[in-house]
Amino acid sequence: MNPVLVASLIIGGLSGVLSALIVLVDSLVNNYGEVNIDINNGKKQLKVNGGAPLLITLSEQGIFIPSACGGRGSCGACKVKVLSDIGPILPTEAPLLDTEEIKQNIRLSCQVKVKSDISIEIPEELFIAKKFEGVVESIKNLTYDIKEVKIKLIEPPEVEFKAGQYMQLVIPPYEKINEYTQRAYSISSSPSQKSYVEFLIRLVPGGIATTYVHNYLKENDKIELVGPFGEFYMRDTDADMICVAGGSGLAPIKSIVTDMYERNITHRNVWLFFGARSLKDLYYVDFFKDMEKKWDRFHFIPALSEPQPEDNWEGEVGLITDVLDKYFKAKMDQNTSKEGYLCGSPGMINACIKVMTTNGIPEDKIYYDKFA
Amino acid sequence: MAPDIGFLSLFFASIFTSNILLSNFLGMCSFISVSKDFNSSNGLGLAVTFVMTITTAINWLVYHYLLVPFGLDYLRYIVFIIVIAAIVQISEMVIERMSTNLYMSLGIFLPLITVNCAIMGVALFMQIRNYNFLQSVVFGLGSGLGWWLAIILLASIRKKVDNSPVPGPLKGPGITLITIGFMAMAFMGFSGMLAVQ
Repeated sequence: MNPVLVASLIIGGLSGVLSALIVLVDSLVNNYGEVNIDINNGKKQLKVNGGAPLLITLSEQGIFIPSACGGRGSCGACKVKVLSDIGPILPTEAPLLDTEEIKQNIRLSCQVKVKSDISIEIPEELFIAKKFEGVVESIKNLTYDIKEVKIKLIEPPEVEFKAGQYMQLVIPPYEKINEYTQRAYSISSSPSQKSYVEFLIRLVPGGIATTYVHNYLKENDKIELVGPFGEFYMRDTDADMICVAGGSGLAPIKSIVTDMYERNITHRNVWLFFGARSLKDLYYVDFFKDMEKKWDRFHFIPALSEPQPEDNWEGEVGLITDVLDKYFKAKMDQNTSKEGYLCGSPGMINACIKVMTTNGIPEDKIYYDKFA
Repeated sequence: MAPDIGFLSLFFASIFTSNILLSNFLGMCSFISVSKDFNSSNGLGLAVTFVMTITTAINWLVYHYLLVPFGLDYLRYIVFIIVIAAIVQISEMVIERMSTNLYMSLGIFLPLITVNCAIMGVALFMQIRNYNFLQSVVFGLGSGLGWWLAIILLASIRKKVDNSPVPGPLKGPGITLITIGFMAMAFMGFSGMLAVQ
């Protein structure tokens, strides 16, 4: 017989036998039987097959814990509080948990396995997070590197969310990326539009999801989404809202502002500062200028840090923090209570928090969504 | 033809006089990285001994009953690695179920046994030296125990060294490598008693 064929048969056969052995041992050893998961002190009880990571077990039961890295233990987003004893912190969890979290028994749900009855606590909002299937209705260029992606929901056909929350796009394998990946993006559409969601996605060089959205995703393509998630939404008070956005950070703010206008919450003063480098980075200017005309307590302040001569820019110039500080001191009522809403890069957010706290907004009244 | 060597001599030689680590310098990476902690070293030593004994036995059978009859002994490297990888995976599953503490203390090092050259080295020595099945099993077990002995000795020494006034530039890997050198020389003292080739 052909020696190449014999060699292939021997190697293939041996690998097959060993693989079968692994599967057999796995089914015998990793069979933990039926176990109970108690969520939020009896609010929900699940009977599941033990052995799999908590994150996967919960998602199979329709409870989606946010996980930007898809369960590989690198993003640290899938934290849950575990009330029962499931053993010490794993070496893969330790780098992503701080001392306070370890004290409170917060664990990474993608790393801990469900081996016996377990009791956990998760935010109530996660009960309504679902997996959606949608179809891309339109993709528009807002700037040279930001696209507006509108997705019509098919199954389930409608979503309930609070303006400012985010969803995770499920990015399928493409080119050299051979695994499904999930990435979180703020919803920019209003919650009143239940049958579709809109996202503003900036191209990050080398980014798995943004490259896919910018270069591969086309209109009429199907795409999966998971959500909604997030604690970044309008707090129901009468305080003035000071919103600062950078780049695609305008997305949740657009959703919040539209939602407020639609629901007639126009008695509150809203200041929206939008920082960009030059005119080519600005977008939705007409949309917010129009909002300013319709809503007299809404103020839109776009500011350019490096306006180009050809921009003929007559608006605010300088870093957004300097513009913000100037408005705090010169234009805003010093006696009203204020809340901060920030969305943009971590650097911008940290700098804005400093300006806001020095101008009298307490740190616990500043809400933000940081993205790198 | 299998060499004429008694089981007891082979067992003793593979632990002391021809220690796989200190005379052949195989399996050094996990030896150095895990030996910082005694409990992890003990666990890894146990895991290496277990995997080494089982894989040597299976590799002997595969080599003599599958590769040699079909004239495929040139495939031994890839076949030995496939067997080692599969056994390590199975061991990982079994250890996770049987002893969570051991599984935790081994952490990332358990899957790394797959690429532990000491395991591959023992499989290849067993074949090159023409050991018969029982000799191979004894050699595998002895080499595993030898590796285990070496790592717990080093872990104990390192515990002592951590509290000793080591000159700054030698702290960490420097003093560890020097310690291993001294250990290897100490084990060389046994080599006159018995040698296996």
